[in-house]
Amino acid sequence: MVVKQISVFIENTEGSLKKAINAISNEKINIRALSIADGAEFGILRLIVTDNEKTKKILKNNGFILRENEVIVIGIPDEPNGLNTLLDILEGEKINLEYVYAFANNKTDEAVVVIKVEDYKKAKKLLKSHNANLFDENDIANL
Amino acid sequence: MIWNEEMECMDPEKRKELQLERLKKVVKLAYDKVPFYHRKFDEIGLKVEDIQSLEDIQKIPFTTKDDLRAAYPFEMVAVPPEEIEEIHASSGTTGTATVTCYTKEDIDIWAEISARAIGMAEGEKRDKIQNCYGYGLFTGGFGIDHGARKFGAAVIPMSSGNTKRQLEIMRDFKPAILTCTPSYAMYLGEALEEEGYGPGDIHLKTGIFGAEMWTEEMRKRIENKLGIKALNIYGLTEIIGPGVSNECLERNGMHIQEDHFYPEIINPNTLEVLEDGQDGELVLTCLTKTGMPILRFRTRDITSLVHGKCKCGRTTVRMTRITGRTDDMMKIRGVMVFPSQIERGLLKVSKASPNYQIHVTRPDTLDEVEIKVEITPEMFSDEMKALDEIRYKIAKSISKEIALRVNVTLVEPGSLPRSEGKAVRVIDERNFK
Ligand SMILES: [Zn+2]
Repeated sequence: MVVKQISVFIENTEGSLKKAINAISNEKINIRALSIADGAEFGILRLIVTDNEKTKKILKNNGFILRENEVIVIGIPDEPNGLNTLLDILEGEKINLEYVYAFANNKTDEAVVVIKVEDYKKAKKLLKSHNANLFDENDIANL
Repeated sequence: MIWNEEMECMDPEKRKELQLERLKKVVKLAYDKVPFYHRKFDEIGLKVEDIQSLEDIQKIPFTTKDDLRAAYPFEMVAVPPEEIEEIHASSGTTGTATVTCYTKEDIDIWAEISARAIGMAEGEKRDKIQNCYGYGLFTGGFGIDHGARKFGAAVIPMSSGNTKRQLEIMRDFKPAILTCTPSYAMYLGEALEEEGYGPGDIHLKTGIFGAEMWTEEMRKRIENKLGIKALNIYGLTEIIGPGVSNECLERNGMHIQEDHFYPEIINPNTLEVLEDGQDGELVLTCLTKTGMPILRFRTRDITSLVHGKCKCGRTTVRMTRITGRTDDMMKIRGVMVFPSQIERGLLKVSKASPNYQIHVTRPDTLDEVEIKVEITPEMFSDEMKALDEIRYKIAKSISKEIALRVNVTLVEPGSLPRSEGKAVRVIDERNFK
């Protein structure tokens, strides 16, 4: 039920990022969300896709180093400062954010964010108690 | 066991007499039968009779790899073609190949020294030896093969590659000794583990590993993975092949087969002969080979010699682990640096031994060192912070080894260039003009 993100090590060359994304797209896998963490010489490409197993296989066959880990995917409430409200809840309980990135839900136009926290269980429980719109695997497939 | 107690445990003074007698003989053979040596001796007015003591060997000019290349293929051969029984050649990755021709007697010498190595590895006649050195022009496969036959052990001629089959044979045939490159031994150990087996499922007691540089850290890992004692073997095609020296179970330096090879250590820059314990370039003279007598060959391997009786009972001189080659020695900010030191630093951080490349530049007046490291799955994280931490950790570990500050960059696997499958370790972009 959990949503798993795939991270890929990318050298900071134009060809490298293109190669990774083309490899996935050519196999008709949908990339739901994508973010790039940039360093001086290399970066991390983070992906939410519809078929993790296939994606991992393709990337590995193309020589990429990758890792799969759980993240929290959450629909942002359609209200002013929707995202801030969420972040305030986490901050209030001293849950450290590792990173956040957003993407748009094609069907509803609402924003969706991917959150990586240190204490995954605690954050999930907390967000649930605030009736946050947590996405699972099926939701991702149906976006 | 000690295969040839007479030669391996000989009184050192008596051995010197034997060496001198053999040196005189081989010098005469080289001068009489090899035009290259005839010319070299004549050029400096050196006579065969001038060699009257072992120290006189220093009067003989060095033979270099380039000399052997220039003699390609058969110009160093000292006997008529009908006496040649086997031919090997070193890989030509860095230029023309060098060729070695063996007479029947030479093959017997090779088998003898290789049998001594098997003896050092606790070999017994009932043992089976899984030989995964490549069979071919390369000397590894046949060197062990000749030795195993002479020793009386059964050789399983696996050659390299086909890991699945190697592991099957290892479990089913129950070989006691494994022979291959240290990196392949490591790979076999990891593959064995991946298949769900461990040291308890195989019957190896020792391994004889060589043909590439390795470290003590790697020895520990191989020993743990396979449950064996891992011994270092040294040799080179130009001289004869593997077995010129080999470690006993003490694993404290490789015993040189001194009745067949006379070692010297020189300063690669000044060419002066160095004392015991001093690091320098190993120079070898073949004392008994007749097909291709080679005098004072500059191996370019950096090591040092330790004389004195070993705990194992042998009296042959030991050479320490090769720590580098004169051709990949770098001088950075005046400090001598070898890729093997960088490798050691890297291994202390990463469980896998990742591919790496050293870039030396001089942006202003000071040398800068950048180490590019191919990232491994165990190093990777989805967080930048963690990746930066691993970079610092590697940099710190390498700095400890070479006493210089270095920068570490992570690169994609397979992105560092290899020439003919061999890693290119050093890119020196400094302009010394
Ligand atoms: Zn010994």
